[in-house]
Amino acid sequence: MRITQGTFSYLPDLTDEEISAQIQYAVDQGWAVAVEFTDDPHPRNVLWDMWGLPMFDIADAAAGMHEVTACRLAYPEHYVRVTAYDASLGRQTTALSFIVNRPASEPGFRLDRQEADDRRIRYSLHAYAAERPSGERYLSNGAGHGG
Amino acid sequence: MSEPGFAMPRPGPAAANGAPEPEPAGPEPLAPDDTVELSEEHQAQRLSQMLDEFDREFIGLAPVKARVREIAALLLVDRLRQRYGLTSSRPSLHMCFTGSPGTGKTTVATHMGALLHELGYLRKGQLVSVTRDDLVGQYVGHTAPKTKEVLKRAMGGVLLIDEAYYLYRPENERDYGQEAIEILLQFMEANREDLVVILAGYADRMDVFFRSNPGMASRVAHHIDFPDFTLDELMQIADLMLDREQYRLSPAAETAFREYVDLRMHQPRFANARSIRNAIDRMRLRQARRLVAAGGRIGREDLMSISDADVRASRVFNADPEGRPPDRRAAAGTG
Repeated sequence: MRITQGTFSYLPDLTDEEISAQIQYAVDQGWAVAVEFTDDPHPRNVLWDMWGLPMFDIADAAAGMHEVTACRLAYPEHYVRVTAYDASLGRQTTALSFIVNRPASEPGFRLDRQEADDRRIRYSLHAYAAERPSGERYLSNGAGHGG
Repeated sequence: MSEPGFAMPRPGPAAANGAPEPEPAGPEPLAPDDTVELSEEHQAQRLSQMLDEFDREFIGLAPVKARVREIAALLLVDRLRQRYGLTSSRPSLHMCFTGSPGTGKTTVATHMGALLHELGYLRKGQLVSVTRDDLVGQYVGHTAPKTKEVLKRAMGGVLLIDEAYYLYRPENERDYGQEAIEILLQFMEANREDLVVILAGYADRMDVFFRSNPGMASRVAHHIDFPDFTLDELMQIADLMLDREQYRLSPAAETAFREYVDLRMHQPRFANARSIRNAIDRMRLRQARRLVAAGGRIGREDLMSISDADVRASRVFNADPEGRPPDRRAAAGTG
């Protein structure tokens, strides 16, 4: 199951050129570009690990691509995203965030139902990938994830 | 990863050796037996315009101008080669500027960014000027992120490392400067397309620096030596500076100033154009003091003109050959 989080996630995965163009756009807007990664695919997992510090005063997208490439090499089987933070007064929030790397196989989620009091049903999402400890998820073929 | 067209580009050898990047669509490609009129090329025209501007703006510096012209010509030829479908690898443009103080190393480096941007070699052409303390950290593990940060900031433009030899301190083997040099070397090689590194400094110390870092010497393709200015060039520079500040030398002052420069050139601690700029600043001070002391009605012409008295009041005219100012010479004589 293909994770869709952030901008452009319903589009085909961006090529390096397209990523570079997006980073250049963010830089031209004066946004601080950062690279983040995670291997927890849960949709409510919003705080990903940071790959280095945000790049506050770069002029060219090549610097951003340099970090994206470095992060991909270090974590080829993780989700990697680029975020751009708009620090202008009144906004002060993430202006753009898109996935630039994803594991080769994404096993997806299981829906868990829990019987609660008064026959109420509670639902929760269970990521198959999260059955393994962090750092060992998404290894090679994704074998062992039942479905 | 079922369909290749929809897949994320994967890191590793497959991505590196994958399909070549599509060339940006330039002017129409040429057939092998076509010829082009070089001077009619749009880029060639803009190029010669820019180079003429560069020549006008900088006085003297013949070897620098020659090298800049060579680089510009190469970039133009490369672009034409591309249109014929010939291979053209991007030349490495890391440079080293050596020369005496005040010969315009930093000024030329500033212009280099804009020039290479115009030539289409650099995407942004911004100049990031750093010295040792911007690159070298204060404790273990501090240097690498600091250096990388600076390098990332300079990507797409020019990184000017002023007095680069301070990076290497042979007397202290635990100095973090060596670490900064190693990162610099690796980055210079790997990101040649995105970054031009210019090392600037005095020639003799730069030689020592390169001797102890042979990797650096071989990665810097262009070693450009900035010659000292001659008397005539210094006078031209002075004219340019005065013109920019909207001052004028009276004919008598002009002669006096020529004498001044001639004397100053042979004194110690002469810093070429920088000394000229300082001399002009001091002449402006003396002119202002003269005008205020004289009082009375003055006009635009008085405010603009510098008289020969303003020039001759300089202590350069009565300093002894060792360059000591007269008052201190007297003190040394008596005590």
